[in-house]
Amino acid sequence: MSVTESFIGKDLVGLEHLNSQQILNILDTAESFKEISDRKIKKVPVLRGKTIVNLFFEPSTRTRISFEFAEKRLSADTVNISSKGSSVVKGETLVDFARNLEAMRIDMVVMRHGSSGAAKFLAERIPSMVINAGDGSHEHPTQALLDMLTIRDQIGYIEGLKICIVGDILHSRVARSNVYGLLNLGAEVAVCGPRTLLPADISKLGVTVFQRIEEAIEWADVLNVLRLQLERMEGGYIPSLREYNRVWGVSRDRLDCAPKDLLIMHPGPMNRGVEIDSDVADGPHSVILDQVTNGVAVRMAVLYLLAGGEPNTAEDAKKGLKE
Amino acid sequence: MKRPLLIRNGRVLDPSQNFDSQVDILILDGSIAFKGENIKAPEDAQEIDASGLLVTPGLIDVHVHFREPGGEHKETIATGARAAGAGGFTAVCAMPNTNPVVDDPAGVGFVIAQATSAKAARVYPLGSISLGQKGNQLAAIGEMVDAGAVGITDDGNPVMNSGLMRRAMEYAQAFDIPVADHPEDLSLSGQGVMNEGLVSTRLGLRGKPNASEDIHIIRDLLLAELTGGRIHIQHVSTAYGVEEIRKAKARGVRVTAEASPHHLVLTDEEVENYNTDAKMNPPLRSSSDRKAVRQGLADGTLCVIATDHAPHHYDEKEQAFDDAPNGIVGLETSLGVLLTHLVRKDVIDLPTLVDRMSCAPARAFGIPGGTLSDGSIGDVTIIDLEDSWVVDKSSFLSKSHNTPFHGWDLKGRAKFTIVGGEIVWKLDT
Repeated sequence: MSVTESFIGKDLVGLEHLNSQQILNILDTAESFKEISDRKIKKVPVLRGKTIVNLFFEPSTRTRISFEFAEKRLSADTVNISSKGSSVVKGETLVDFARNLEAMRIDMVVMRHGSSGAAKFLAERIPSMVINAGDGSHEHPTQALLDMLTIRDQIGYIEGLKICIVGDILHSRVARSNVYGLLNLGAEVAVCGPRTLLPADISKLGVTVFQRIEEAIEWADVLNVLRLQLERMEGGYIPSLREYNRVWGVSRDRLDCAPKDLLIMHPGPMNRGVEIDSDVADGPHSVILDQVTNGVAVRMAVLYLLAGGEPNTAEDAKKGLKE
Repeated sequence: MKRPLLIRNGRVLDPSQNFDSQVDILILDGSIAFKGENIKAPEDAQEIDASGLLVTPGLIDVHVHFREPGGEHKETIATGARAAGAGGFTAVCAMPNTNPVVDDPAGVGFVIAQATSAKAARVYPLGSISLGQKGNQLAAIGEMVDAGAVGITDDGNPVMNSGLMRRAMEYAQAFDIPVADHPEDLSLSGQGVMNEGLVSTRLGLRGKPNASEDIHIIRDLLLAELTGGRIHIQHVSTAYGVEEIRKAKARGVRVTAEASPHHLVLTDEEVENYNTDAKMNPPLRSSSDRKAVRQGLADGTLCVIATDHAPHHYDEKEQAFDDAPNGIVGLETSLGVLLTHLVRKDVIDLPTLVDRMSCAPARAFGIPGGTLSDGSIGDVTIIDLEDSWVVDKSSFLSKSHNTPFHGWDLKGRAKFTIVGGEIVWKLDT
């Protein structure tokens, strides 16, 4: 693997410290990788001979599968490790575990971990490239990138758009990555949810805060509706799922009051009837499945760029001409 | 008979007597014999030329964790006492949250025995408030005091039950010891790992609001008022907490309170990049809190500087931020950090620093020292105010190196630490 650092850095830990050009380059590269997934033979030799470890300390279905498809369609060799059955749960430290992987000569690690900062921690300690697939409540950069790609596909631009993230902002890495990425690209960003689920000083990041969903719907061009973790009830953050749906649920009736049609997004998995009603999730303005499709393209782009690829040679790379 | 010790030509600064003058000090048989100009040395006396150096009553740190028994891989009483000496401290108070906790006279006796054989700084044990630090019933407070404990605290596992805290503050009065409290409402701090604010929001780390500390500071002040007992509030980190203590003092509540070097110098921005050596409890707060803590120190609301020296093995700090334990070492950096960042920057003057690091701590816990008056114990710190040095954690005498001050350029540190007339630390330059 190339020893020189890629133009987005050695690792992708988050979007907070990427500039708008770097983000746009990732989106443009993803655009050119999209068609691979529509081919009959979904494989290009871009990462042939590279070894990638998908290291998931928290359960994940779609993110892990999305990364794995992206890796396999780029011809990388992949190994999946989940916390169940790995030695980390037996008391081995993260750093020992990573060094052992490293000793087997790998090229990249895709990691999800329950602690904020875990991806950066790992990236600073191993020479392999690290892609953050979600660290605690900190960042989930590829999710935000695929969200932005989807918005750009649907509306054509991001700058100046009004995008509101709805739900449990406090515990959400998706929210933070979206806030950083969208602000970088010049969007107006708001968050909406009960005050118990909004982090302290969130407005100082440059976002507008709505406590009522009606105000958010009135204001926004795009709603990105977050999953409400069911355990938030037990934690005393909300009284009940029923009440949450009554007060903050995105429903057809509420959207019908909006001055314009809103683009509806959700990072999944959805709790139908809690944060989003089925007729909205399945409605004409929902792009939830487009997000999933774009996820694979975005992850291919990130893998390619971190491996030293450049946005303008992606077409050659797909044909195997780069080697 | 110990060999006499004559300290010549130093600038002797003793805030307990408003004394600041260039004189000699003679220590005979472990006690200050007298001060004066051109003292004639007894025949067998050892002499220290303190020309150009500052001579103060021995520094006292009333808040350290020496981890023994149970955590000897982090620190032992012997290594901790030697680290104290290297930092200019002649005495420390050891917290009882060891494993097992110090909640009976045997535990107190063990700490004293280990400290005696270390032949370094004096170590005064604190006992627990509650049995097993479980917060349910009182520990053997009277017996622990008889065995040598100088106070009680459940630091590390603060007493949530206000009724029990009231009883402790009533009961302790018979023994004239302070009840020391780590003020924290655990239900408010929850799973927080740093100060709640913009930095915690950006980093996605769970925050502890100031209110989690403030509520228990107010509780403790009210209980001290109710019972007439002595409360010592540990490591105050919030602006509101400082103000409430100030008001309580003004109405006569018997309260003493600590400021820690890290809360005096750093803010929660230090946590940036998930620096686990900036993780402690209470957490580093905002710059306005830091400003209030500094004002509290200057005006005497916070009359004691204490490090909360909390050693952890490097493996334990080499983890994701959530998983790393709270605490930093402080004994070997405290004096240099505060001389450089408080005294040289005119936040407080030199006599105030010496008062807060020596005289006031001795008074707060009723322990010997904190003065160079004739007849008092021969605990003396000799400081080179002009010595420029760089903090190198690998040179610490402490077993642990978890400091946010590694690599800092400092000016001023202890050159000799003298306990009972014997040199326990001498800086080799």
